Amino acid sequence: MNSLYRTMFFVPGNAPGKIAKAEIYGADCLIYDLEDAVSVNEKDAARDLVSSFLSMYRPDCRIGIRINGQDTPYYEEDVRAMVPLQPDFLRLPKSETAENIQQLDALITKVEQANNIPVGTVKIACSIETALGVYNAYQIAKASPRVFAIGLGAEDFRTDMRMARSEDAEEILFARNQISLCAHAAKVIPMDYVNSNFKDPEGFKKDVAFGKMLGFTCKSVIHPTQIGLVHEVYTPTDKEIEHAKKVVAVYEEAMANASGVIALDGKMIDMPIVTRAKDVLAYAKAAGKEI
Amino acid sequence: MVDEKYMEQIRKVPGWETKQAFSGAYNARPEGTRMAPRPVKFFRPGTDKVKSLDYILDAIGLKDGMTISFHHCLRNGDAVMLYVVDTIAKKGIKDLTLSASSLSKVQDCLLPYFESGVITAVDTSGARSKLGSFIQKGGLKKPAIFRTHGGRARAIETGELHIDASFIAAPACDRFGNLNGVEGKSACGSLGYAMPDAEYADHVIAVTDGLSDTPLDYVSIPQTQVDYVTTVDSIGDPAGIATGSIRVSKNPAELLISRYAAQVIAATPYFHDNMVFQFGSGGMAIATAGYIRQAMLEKNYTAAAGVGGVSGFHVQMLKEGLIKTFYDPQDFDLAAIDSLRTDIKHHEISASAYANPFSACPYVNMLDFTVLSATEIDVDFNVNVLTDSYGKLLGAPGGHPDAAAGAQMTLITMPLLRGRLPMLLDHVTTVVTPGESVDVLVTEYGIAVNPRRTDIAECLKGKGLPLTSIEALREKAVMLSGKASPLEVSDKICGVVEYRDGSIIDVIHEV
Repeated sequence: MNSLYRTMFFVPGNAPGKIAKAEIYGADCLIYDLEDAVSVNEKDAARDLVSSFLSMYRPDCRIGIRINGQDTPYYEEDVRAMVPLQPDFLRLPKSETAENIQQLDALITKVEQANNIPVGTVKIACSIETALGVYNAYQIAKASPRVFAIGLGAEDFRTDMRMARSEDAEEILFARNQISLCAHAAKVIPMDYVNSNFKDPEGFKKDVAFGKMLGFTCKSVIHPTQIGLVHEVYTPTDKEIEHAKKVVAVYEEAMANASGVIALDGKMIDMPIVTRAKDVLAYAKAAGKEI
Repeated sequence: MVDEKYMEQIRKVPGWETKQAFSGAYNARPEGTRMAPRPVKFFRPGTDKVKSLDYILDAIGLKDGMTISFHHCLRNGDAVMLYVVDTIAKKGIKDLTLSASSLSKVQDCLLPYFESGVITAVDTSGARSKLGSFIQKGGLKKPAIFRTHGGRARAIETGELHIDASFIAAPACDRFGNLNGVEGKSACGSLGYAMPDAEYADHVIAVTDGLSDTPLDYVSIPQTQVDYVTTVDSIGDPAGIATGSIRVSKNPAELLISRYAAQVIAATPYFHDNMVFQFGSGGMAIATAGYIRQAMLEKNYTAAAGVGGVSGFHVQMLKEGLIKTFYDPQDFDLAAIDSLRTDIKHHEISASAYANPFSACPYVNMLDFTVLSATEIDVDFNVNVLTDSYGKLLGAPGGHPDAAAGAQMTLITMPLLRGRLPMLLDHVTTVVTPGESVDVLVTEYGIAVNPRRTDIAECLKGKGLPLTSIEALREKAVMLSGKASPLEVSDKICGVVEYRDGSIIDVIHEV
């Protein structure tokens, strides 16, 4: 298992065939969905199915569970049933305030203690889906040490903002920027939004690349064909790796020689460039590339 | 592999006294002459070959106990078998052996003739549906024999399968008896599977709905082999004969398997400029061909030849120049049929040329690699393509064992589970293709290389492929599906599965 969260692949919690097969597509993380993918009359069945599956078998990747929102009657039972399975995290929809997160944190703690699970084992990923949530993004990210990622739920956000969906998602640009900025400020993972148009691989790749440019390092996906495309965009290319290696080598040589000015191919190398190069190499290594 | 108690039952069948159990894909060493006996023919100039079927049946002296043959190139659109068998039945003839290169679901209409004793024995590649059930209820006088395409040609040529009368469905036929499958309203493409019958049957009768008064330009089977021609309004339903378009899989899991298969191929020395390959025409095989096409473009490779059944995707590669020539025993869609008729690089070959193991070199021996499917596979890499998980007849060996034996590398692409059932087992329900001729299993959960092929395993290391052992894949299948109870089978056998060399590789049990 690698240590990255390039892709979080949603798997409907009420579909046994999809649950059994989900791991084959190579996503860094699977999220079993108890929320939007499951109709109200199947909530119990989905919870039981995911619970039975994870009790019997653990796919070789990160595991998350999207529970139902705190404003639903399913939320508490979802947490009580899922935490004992020790997923890597629960993903909370409609995270709007720090209080939402602290409330979930407290409930997880109770269930962990009741099941002799070390407190803090199960992390929280926050899905921000409203104007208020975007406004509070930094407070949400800092609300609990369990929070390790925040991301935008674009469809609900559009509804809350009375926005129409455009082809290039221009209307959610500010929200994406805000989420990325707040995530980095809080030192958590910024998760890019779900682009549901899996029939347009080129358009999807452009969208992922744009998200990467905004600072996202993780993309939520809903179709197997999207996984490889995200990994392709996020994983450093051989050219980028070679350049990063040269930057680090030049920097280390300059340090060894106590040289004041560092340059590569006639361009000055300063500390942020060296940091980025080291990040590229670490990311590439985590993605299984040869360094 | 075949229990001796079954071999004892088999050897009690008249004519099968010397049948041997399978002992290895390349162990059989043929002896004697190749030529099966065939009556000498003489036709005076001006003799009209076009007659009614009733007249022909009398003329050839068809009688009880004889063997009649048909090809399956009309697939699920065939109307010829019913027409001929019904005409024979009306003459009161019984106890016939039906030798067909395969039997499709459409042949369920023959069931009444089985039940009434007109047909009492079957020699085929596949049987399914109602005929399959009839066979497995013990309805035949002796076990049905299931042969490979190459094995059937071998049996005909050695005289082991003697055909008294072959009725060849002919989409186009002239008054002299030349016929082809590429013209006419019921065009089906290559007539490769009818060619051994035409060459060795005592009597050859073309059944056509496309009679031409002038000699045909394109000739698949020549007039010198055809004794009579009879006409019908329709030899079959075009919708069941050939599909209109190619089916490329859109299933993400199947696409993943196809991509892995292409990556495996591309990592081995069998992927090279001027390679020779065979892909099936299923959605997954076509998807694999699509990925291989991409890899060929990237490397600037072309294939010297394609071998085996043809679909529109193969035709596209032929037209693009990515395949230089094609050797074709059967066609699956309209694009393939049209290509065979018009493209001089597209060659019609007989089932014997394609796969007969007892010839100087069947075309399958050219193959660098072949990509095949499977109904089941086991931890010894044995493959079943004939029966389902409950032992019921479902498919046909077809050219599977032939291509696997001929190719330098044989890949099986298959989902690990179908529904709740594991497809990778400790032992397949029916062995059709022996594991020694299967090299790589590609599933959505991982890739297993036959331990016999350490050379291939070495090539795949460090290529980022999910390599595992077949035992580990089996464990995974069991973990996901649970362990199935062993299948209870009857001791009574109703069919024998013949390997391409004529040995018995497995048996079919009554159900």
